[in-house]
Amino acid sequence: MKKTLIGALAIGALMTASNLSHAACKIEKGKVNIIGNEFPAIQTIGAGAKACAGDGVEVKANLTKEHKTIQVPGLTGNPAEYSVAIVANSSIVPLMNDDLIRPLDDLIAKHGGNFKDNQKISIGGKTMAIGFMANAQHFVYRKDMLEKAGVEPPKTYEDVLAAAKAIKEKGLAKYPFGGAYAAGWGLAQEFNNMYIGHGGKFFKEGSAMPSINGPEGVATLNMMKSLAEYMNPDFLTMNNNEINAEWKAGNLPMMQMWGSRAGPLLAGEGTAPGVPENTVLAWPLTVAGKDIPATTLWWDGWTIAKNVSDEDAEASYLAMINAIDPKIMNDKVAEQAVWLIDGYKPTPASAGVFATIEAKAQPYPMLPYQALLHTALGAELPDFLAGKETAEKTLADAEAAYITAAKEKGFIK
Amino acid sequence: MKHRTFFWFFLPTALAMLLFIFLPIISVVTQSLFVSHEQVFVEVENCDIFGCKNEMMIDAAATEKLRAEQPLGRFVGLANYFNRSHLATSEIATLWQTAESWGTFYDGLFNLPLYRAIIFTLVFTFVTTPSVIIVGFMIAVAVNALNQHLKGLVIFFSLLPFVVTPLVGSLILFWMIDARGIIGNSLQYLMGDPNLSLKASTGLTWITLIVYGVWHAAPFAFVIFYAGLQTLPQDTLESAMIDGASRWQRIRFVVIPHLMPLVTFVALIQLMDNFRVFEPIVGFNASAHATSLSFLIYNDMDGEARLLNSAATTSVLTIIGVAILLSPVLVRTWRDWNRKV
Amino acid sequence: MSSPSIIENKSVALRIFSAGFVVVWLLIAAFPFIWTLWGSFKVELDFFSKENWTNAITGIRTIKETGAAYTMNGYEGAWVQEEFWKSVVNTTIVCFFVVCTSLTIGTLGGYALSRTNFRYGFWLLITALIFRAMPPITLVSGYLLPFFEWGLWGSLSTTIVVLVAINQPFTLWMLHSFFQKIPKELDESAKVDGCTQFQAFRHVIIPVMWPGVITTGLFSFLLAYNDFAVTAMLLAKENQTMVPKIAGFLGTTQTEGNVMFAVAAVVSATIPLFILVMFFQRQIVSGLTAGAVKG
Repeated sequence: MKKTLIGALAIGALMTASNLSHAACKIEKGKVNIIGNEFPAIQTIGAGAKACAGDGVEVKANLTKEHKTIQVPGLTGNPAEYSVAIVANSSIVPLMNDDLIRPLDDLIAKHGGNFKDNQKISIGGKTMAIGFMANAQHFVYRKDMLEKAGVEPPKTYEDVLAAAKAIKEKGLAKYPFGGAYAAGWGLAQEFNNMYIGHGGKFFKEGSAMPSINGPEGVATLNMMKSLAEYMNPDFLTMNNNEINAEWKAGNLPMMQMWGSRAGPLLAGEGTAPGVPENTVLAWPLTVAGKDIPATTLWWDGWTIAKNVSDEDAEASYLAMINAIDPKIMNDKVAEQAVWLIDGYKPTPASAGVFATIEAKAQPYPMLPYQALLHTALGAELPDFLAGKETAEKTLADAEAAYITAAKEKGFIK
Repeated sequence: MKHRTFFWFFLPTALAMLLFIFLPIISVVTQSLFVSHEQVFVEVENCDIFGCKNEMMIDAAATEKLRAEQPLGRFVGLANYFNRSHLATSEIATLWQTAESWGTFYDGLFNLPLYRAIIFTLVFTFVTTPSVIIVGFMIAVAVNALNQHLKGLVIFFSLLPFVVTPLVGSLILFWMIDARGIIGNSLQYLMGDPNLSLKASTGLTWITLIVYGVWHAAPFAFVIFYAGLQTLPQDTLESAMIDGASRWQRIRFVVIPHLMPLVTFVALIQLMDNFRVFEPIVGFNASAHATSLSFLIYNDMDGEARLLNSAATTSVLTIIGVAILLSPVLVRTWRDWNRKV
Repeated sequence: MSSPSIIENKSVALRIFSAGFVVVWLLIAAFPFIWTLWGSFKVELDFFSKENWTNAITGIRTIKETGAAYTMNGYEGAWVQEEFWKSVVNTTIVCFFVVCTSLTIGTLGGYALSRTNFRYGFWLLITALIFRAMPPITLVSGYLLPFFEWGLWGSLSTTIVVLVAINQPFTLWMLHSFFQKIPKELDESAKVDGCTQFQAFRHVIIPVMWPGVITTGLFSFLLAYNDFAVTAMLLAKENQTMVPKIAGFLGTTQTEGNVMFAVAAVVSATIPLFILVMFFQRQIVSGLTAGAVKG
């Protein structure tokens, strides 16, 4: 509750500043309509853009959980309903695939903007999006419980298994490890993380043919199964909500969690005693002696629709530039995310994400067909983890499901 | 009624259904016959906050041309229906040749997404529907026997599982059946098995979903049967009693035949709703152990994958499935109609 | 409603068995709601306690965190901070218009079907049934693109029309069977007296159709009230109804929601249903009795 309250306060603070910024937006005319997810950091961005509303300038925002389903049809019409889409490195792909967003280079040349060069997301040499925040899944542990078990904080998944064994033997926790292994998107994402950590390649070089059914894929699945033995037996139904709740209740000594969900764990509200002060937002784990972190990096940024008039595109650009201006930064806003914006001073909640960036983790691939493989994995992996199939069979099934889907989408002949 | 009058009376409802159901069905059927264009790739350098790398992407200009030529994509006839994600004809043929026993054949079948979904959907439909009817009937008879003053309150509480949004099912019940929740924990105690979990095995997940299905729909059957009981022909019942019919015989030969049309109605609606089972699977995060046809559609339509042609194909298969399921009822209605003429 | 005579001469054992069955059923039916109602006044760590479910009864954490055994935090968060009342207003509007529209056009259509002897009547009825077989998610995803292109997306009126249309097959079936039970002689004799079909419908049928219409209306109401598939996809954020709003409280993959807001909101959303069932249970039953349902 605290976090959303902070969000509300931050928006309030921005609203009072809106009279000042209206003039600063330099928009003369145009319509801005934003589609995006609804978490507090994006609410702040939405409010920043809305501050530009005024004479002849209309700014609307539809920030909703269903944004992924709505964004493609919402940007398809001509003129498109939405002029701005707030996306992440996975959700920009459907917009790119259907050619629904425009390069920003001309607007940047004309209007500039108070952002750093590395915030530009460029695809094929054209700037397609401006990033404003980063995110990653990383390792989190309980200092006190690991000390009691007499183990060093793990750096690798092999260490995690050893630590889990020690913790279980000492009876410190019934299920020493937590990960969002619920069938579907979350489980497939954990596979992706672990597979990248094993140095695996998802596709054959220069083609959309999958290449997950190899030694890395099998090793990945076996590691996931070993971890699952230390998880709650219901792990195939447990998503981030359940894992985080277990953490708050003080039941989990170690878990893999999103950086963006770490804030409330440190805040101390709704947590069992001893949890916040002992929670360490650590680093990304590695696996199998490799040095690539077994996780992916994520960014959130904004894009501008192709099918809107130049006037609206320009208004949208200026409004969004205003929304990510360093002047929005204050203590409240800083807590909402790991911002890429100048003037952001990292908070304790961002430690894990920064460690992940420093460890040179790979970003989640922006490939046109990655989502299809992701979906196929999410549906097929439970068979292996529930002990119904061999790893090879499961990977073969996932490849077969992916190939069927990729043929339908025209990625494979 | 004259054709003309009928037309005007029926026009508004026909128009609504035509626009919002019929046209979408036509578009879905069309989509199921097409697949996307072949995509033209280019390799480009992508840079984000975390660095640069070479990745494949779709060549927008080349794709645009293909799209303009064939806006619907490539026509493939029924190929979508027979591919691995749907009827999987070639996989089944191979399976038939290689399977050594019925067991391996079944395992192979269960490994194909559509058949796995159909098997659960059918089990769910054919267990839940009769259970709903039986439980609903028993509640109706029992409530009917209650004191007049108690009835109101009892009816009201009985209806709750049906009227409250299925979100409650997903949110509260999902927690209550957890190994540490009140229901799950009590079950562990009752069964004497401290490791019992309703969510961890396929069999128990199916049972949980079916029990939820019965719990949710029994009030619907109850309220309809209860209403039917109010119109029982008293004279038939009395003459049966005079003839010395036992209580069971009276229920068997008077009450049940009287309620038969209502049973048909409940069966019709329930078969259809159960065949489209979806919400409990999402609500209970049960897709590792149970999927249904509607769940497959939902999975295909996921915001990033957007397998619209595949979703359309599964939708058409669902409609065909419902039509087959309901054919006995349709035949009955046809007879009724002709009798009316 | 006179009590029918299957219960007459009942033995004591059977009476006890029958009463016991009702008690067990009531427990099964009502318990989750009572549990939820009770739990909505606790904090998350109690209601969803990972230690021991009895915490939800004793409220240990609630006492520690808030100083009292009951807290209104969930309700305050949902109603004041997240402005749940806006969704309540939207739901009220949607339900009102869905029920009115779908009954108006459904009554006309159902009446016409019940009074025609031509074969096409049968086929229309069957077509309506097949229409109902279409999974709603497929329908909704098909609407998105045209609605955006025509600028219809997001408004309450679009959603109302869609909900009415999706619910027509069910409404039509119910009302059709209901009108069949109203003797044809009624409107026939009116027509002999010189009324048109519509006048006969207005003056003769409308006065006697209410029980069936109310029952059908309640089913329409429940559909509109509980709908998630249509409202989540077709409504803009500011027009959201209660169910998608509650789903929004649950958070996303990357961000934390607030489960207790959702629990409090679910309880709040159930209260109007309580009132509704209390008011209308007599009508539901009498409507059905009047023959609204028949295979």
